[in-house]
Amino acid sequence: MNTDDHEKGPSRRKVLECMTWAGTGVLWTIAGGVPTSLGIIDGALAQQSKGFTFLQISDSHMGFDKPANPNVKSTLEEAIGRVKALPVKPSFMIHTGDISHLSKPAEFDDADRIISEARLDVHFVPGEHDVIDEDQGKLYRDRYGRGTKGAGWYSFDADGVHFIGLVNVVDLKAGGLGNLGNEQLQWLEDDLKGRAASQPIVVFAHIPLWTVYPDWGWGTQDGARVLDNLKRFGSVTVLNGHIHQVMQKVEGNVTFHTARSTAFPQPAPGTAPSPGPMKVPEDKLRTMLGIASVTFKQNEQRLAIIDTPLQG
Amino acid sequence: MTKKTKSLTNSVIAGVVALLLFAATPLRAEDVAIKIGNFTFGPQELKVKSGTTVTWTNEDDIPHTVVSPNNFRSKPLDSDDKFTFTFTTPGTYKYFCSLHPHMTGTIVVEAATGSITPQL
Repeated sequence: MNTDDHEKGPSRRKVLECMTWAGTGVLWTIAGGVPTSLGIIDGALAQQSKGFTFLQISDSHMGFDKPANPNVKSTLEEAIGRVKALPVKPSFMIHTGDISHLSKPAEFDDADRIISEARLDVHFVPGEHDVIDEDQGKLYRDRYGRGTKGAGWYSFDADGVHFIGLVNVVDLKAGGLGNLGNEQLQWLEDDLKGRAASQPIVVFAHIPLWTVYPDWGWGTQDGARVLDNLKRFGSVTVLNGHIHQVMQKVEGNVTFHTARSTAFPQPAPGTAPSPGPMKVPEDKLRTMLGIASVTFKQNEQRLAIIDTPLQG
Repeated sequence: MTKKTKSLTNSVIAGVVALLLFAATPLRAEDVAIKIGNFTFGPQELKVKSGTTVTWTNEDDIPHTVVSPNNFRSKPLDSDDKFTFTFTTPGTYKYFCSLHPHMTGTIVVEAATGSITPQL
């Protein structure tokens, strides 16, 4: 190795590190709307121990059996294994949809059996794959929709944080994106009425509420109306799935974040002819699947999201 | 069998064959396939005669649907699944995938011309 290589080495490594920050697990802290990276996962886990933590899993796609991952049960089991191994037990879990691949009872059964191994309360919202039974979502609502409104939206409070689960996968319109609809938006307005602007808000839904890539349908038609309703709040976090990869954006007081799938990766926007399942070499697959954990530090209005791949 | 009867039999057979061909050919000729691949309908726009049967085949690794509100709605089509619809009324049929609504297509159905209009 010559001197040149020595000089180039670290900088190339650094570039790769930046490109794969999602793959190695980076802690992002949001303070005053500015995201700050606090380091890779070991440092992140140390930070995590101080706050209230919950987990996000997404896009389990039970029943998918194509080359991109013929064994989605195994990878979901590994993801739940990761959850069980966390040094601090999370308060609960949210699942941001596409629990099943074809809304079949057996697929929901498999998901329930594996996810329940984590021994955590799970708050679900449906993905478009969960509402394609004959009655367009009845199976989902019967199983996961108790106490919810409409197609399955709801809110709850935990540790002073207000959580809102939205449904943007039903009644989709030709040529459009994800859709919330007037009834749900009206409910949201009422739900937020009278809440202190200082209360941290977490909104979760399957399809990104922000426009990631409209050519592939990665966005929500009326998502901006949700954000209008949240303008006055000081700390807003929007958690989504659907695109099977980590993406993050900060806009004012709002942090947008998408989680990995536990089933199969999808290509980065515009890098493939379609958003279909991406076949990667066997030894790469688990670096592209995973879970996310989110920590709130009380009285600091700070939030940290850690994405953990199944491997790497 | 005399020469005459043989010839007559042949004529009858030929006639039956011709009749069968006449009845069957238009139907076969009017079957049209649309491929669902890479999250698109191909061809995206299609002009057909009334009476045409269109078959969509999903060649993606992800399920899709074929939905034209108030006209037709397929079940979710897993990989290699097919959906078939016969268009009997002229008009413009816009359809989309209800799972991935950015996927859209159009079928324009024109009135059938004399030769393939069923004579009832």
